Amino acid sequence: MTPRRRRMMFVVLILLAVAGATMLLLTALKQNLQYSVVPSDVYTGKAPLDRVFRLGGMVEQGSVKREPGSMLVQFDVTDYSHEVTVQYSGVLPDLFREGQGVVVRGKLQPSVDGHQLLIAEEVLAKHDEKYMPPDVAAGLKKAHDARRSAAEAPTSSASPSTSVTHH
Amino acid sequence: MTVELGYFALILAFSLAVIQAFFGLAGAATRRDHWMAAARSAVAGQLVFVLFAFGCLTAAFLRSDFSVLYVASNSNTELPAFYKVAAVWGAHEGSLLLWLTILVIWSAAVAVFNRAMNPAFISKVLGVLGLVSGGFALFIISTSNPFERLIPAVAQGRDLNPLLQDPAMVAHPPMLYTGYVGLAVPFACAVAALLEGKLDATWARWVKPWAMVSWMFLTCGIALGSFWAYYELGWGGWWFWDPVENASFMPWLMSTALIHSLSVTEKRGLFKSWTVLLAIFGFSLSLLGTFLVRSGVLISVHAFASDPARGLFILTFLMACIGGALALFAWRAPKLKSDIGFKIISRESFLLFNNVLLVVAAGLILLGTVYPLIVDGFGLGKISVGFPWFSAMFLVPMLPLLFLLAVGMHASWKQAQLARLRNVLLIMLAIAIVMALIVTGAVYGHISILNVIGFSAGAWIILSSLYEPFMRWRAKQHLSRAVIGMCVAHLGMGVFTLGVTIVSSYVIEKDISLGNGQTTQVGGYDFTWAGTKPVTGPNYDATEAEVHISKNGKEVAMLHPQKRIYRAQPNPMTEAGIDSHWNRDLLVSMGEDIGGGTWSVRLQYKPMVRYIWLGALIMAIGGFIALMDRRYRVKVPATEVATDKAITAARS
Repeated sequence: MTPRRRRMMFVVLILLAVAGATMLLLTALKQNLQYSVVPSDVYTGKAPLDRVFRLGGMVEQGSVKREPGSMLVQFDVTDYSHEVTVQYSGVLPDLFREGQGVVVRGKLQPSVDGHQLLIAEEVLAKHDEKYMPPDVAAGLKKAHDARRSAAEAPTSSASPSTSVTHH
Repeated sequence: MTVELGYFALILAFSLAVIQAFFGLAGAATRRDHWMAAARSAVAGQLVFVLFAFGCLTAAFLRSDFSVLYVASNSNTELPAFYKVAAVWGAHEGSLLLWLTILVIWSAAVAVFNRAMNPAFISKVLGVLGLVSGGFALFIISTSNPFERLIPAVAQGRDLNPLLQDPAMVAHPPMLYTGYVGLAVPFACAVAALLEGKLDATWARWVKPWAMVSWMFLTCGIALGSFWAYYELGWGGWWFWDPVENASFMPWLMSTALIHSLSVTEKRGLFKSWTVLLAIFGFSLSLLGTFLVRSGVLISVHAFASDPARGLFILTFLMACIGGALALFAWRAPKLKSDIGFKIISRESFLLFNNVLLVVAAGLILLGTVYPLIVDGFGLGKISVGFPWFSAMFLVPMLPLLFLLAVGMHASWKQAQLARLRNVLLIMLAIAIVMALIVTGAVYGHISILNVIGFSAGAWIILSSLYEPFMRWRAKQHLSRAVIGMCVAHLGMGVFTLGVTIVSSYVIEKDISLGNGQTTQVGGYDFTWAGTKPVTGPNYDATEAEVHISKNGKEVAMLHPQKRIYRAQPNPMTEAGIDSHWNRDLLVSMGEDIGGGTWSVRLQYKPMVRYIWLGALIMAIGGFIALMDRRYRVKVPATEVATDKAITAARS
């Protein structure tokens, strides 16, 4: 083999290796991606049924329930047009509170009478009480706009749009 | 009044940065001595004004001047003075001012410690640094003014985010920024070398200490940040693959590659273009990190605010820096060609592998960090790349790197005779594997392939890095500080690897509800809940629990975890109780009062977790020792500088 051909071989080998590595990488990436959705997406079938995903929204006022002394807690996550009930067993983050933004990671359970239940593996709240994760904010805004354009409900004083556009 | 003066000083600093950039670059291009001298004076002036502005902001914090928006948003009269100072960099505007201040200090250092290099080169370096600091000063002035007034003033401030109220807040950001921003110096040197079309061993020897110091600060800063997250976030995690952590880790990987590549350029005159590229990418990633963090495009604990104008500015700035540098590289790099070759088995090729693997690792992290942005940008949905992906992917380049490290340290330049050492290395590897089997099997009672690989890699590196100093010491041979430093730093890498392997494999975590007198067992330790009581701090109220920990009936520790509520902000904060021992940490974090006289509690057993930070510290110490090597202080032959000065004088 001439040096030139050897070099060409070398280049081809490297290209093949890079291509292979990229394939592996993208496959791995695809398997490990977590989709972030809001409750409305769960009802329109945009949330994956068979795997873990991230659900963002606000913790519905008055929805947090827990038996005294029990680690199991239940609450509703809302985007002000749909709610998903979440069950979680474990320590909740410091900033978890009713009426505030939350992201839960978990898997949907088969729905009973159209009500959606998600078993959470992890509950995240953001480290600033004014802060809302951008994807949640965007999702909430979308849901809110959709609702408004459908003119189903007049915007109430507790409308989320003020807090959403704030960010 | 000082507030307005501070702002004014910033504007002056910006003007001086422009002057520094112009006279630095133009002066060197036209070989005008007095122009080049003007660039140096501009650095001095800029330093004075930036320090003054920084002082003004600090004074506003110490006086609790709530007519300043930034102070009102991040301080409080009850905040201890210690934290008032740290609050200066507690949010976006102030941390940018810190960024700029540190950059100008670095520039001043370049203007002072440059005896080994010719004045025209230094002038170019200062010119490039002037462009960078000018850009940042403009950014602060136009989009992120920390001196903005709040009229009418408020009586009480919002207080510093409670999460940030910790002694580490005083040290972590300045340290990290010193490292981050310090990479601007190798960057400027690379650009200057491209402009000159000349890059030699003297250049590499001069750039290396700058890169090393930045690297040391980055190492310490990242480790401190990780340690802080570990005890302050309260939940015992030490690395989250959070976008902001990634943003600091990518420059670290790049600068690690850079200091290794600089060795090759210095000793063998090879890898010149590659070194230049690494210097450019290292700083670019620092800037990208700033962009990612400050524009708020990423969801993160650290992203305090989001403002599209800021994002746009930084993005433009980033494009100009990277684009400009790369265009220059494409144009001038062919001039830096070196015609020397090297053999497959040589220190050069080991360092080449080191570089490739480190860059691949940084590339993977970059991909994982920006992939969600790209997907979102194309409207393909909201996704996030999780912890498992990063952890798995990171191992792909890192495991080979660790094993090559154990061997590569002993390879000599040009052509290595590893046959001489092969038996020793194999024996050490065997010892490492046996140790790994014993520790994972007998001590922790669970063997998996990955644990054994990780542990033996760490142990092998430790043994391998001790071998050479030991042999030379026994033969009473001289050891240069550079070699000692290298061995110490690599030893640190080994210690770090051991810590990561053990804690990732054998951590035990338990979420449980505990009432008075109840006991539960985690990792062989009995945790007994002895009730709670209220306590009062300077600016917070807390509920404090008492937890007794015993093993085999013998009391080991008593912990007092707290749940704090800071008066100025309604958020509760978890202060974990941590008992630390040479081979493990025990953590107790309080969740909440869940009724029925019980609390939800997280208990954790973390074996060898401290070795992670200890390893990082040892690495940094190794860097420091290497920096003390004589060759960085040996003066360049006087004639060389004199000739150069004569030429300059003759031309002007």
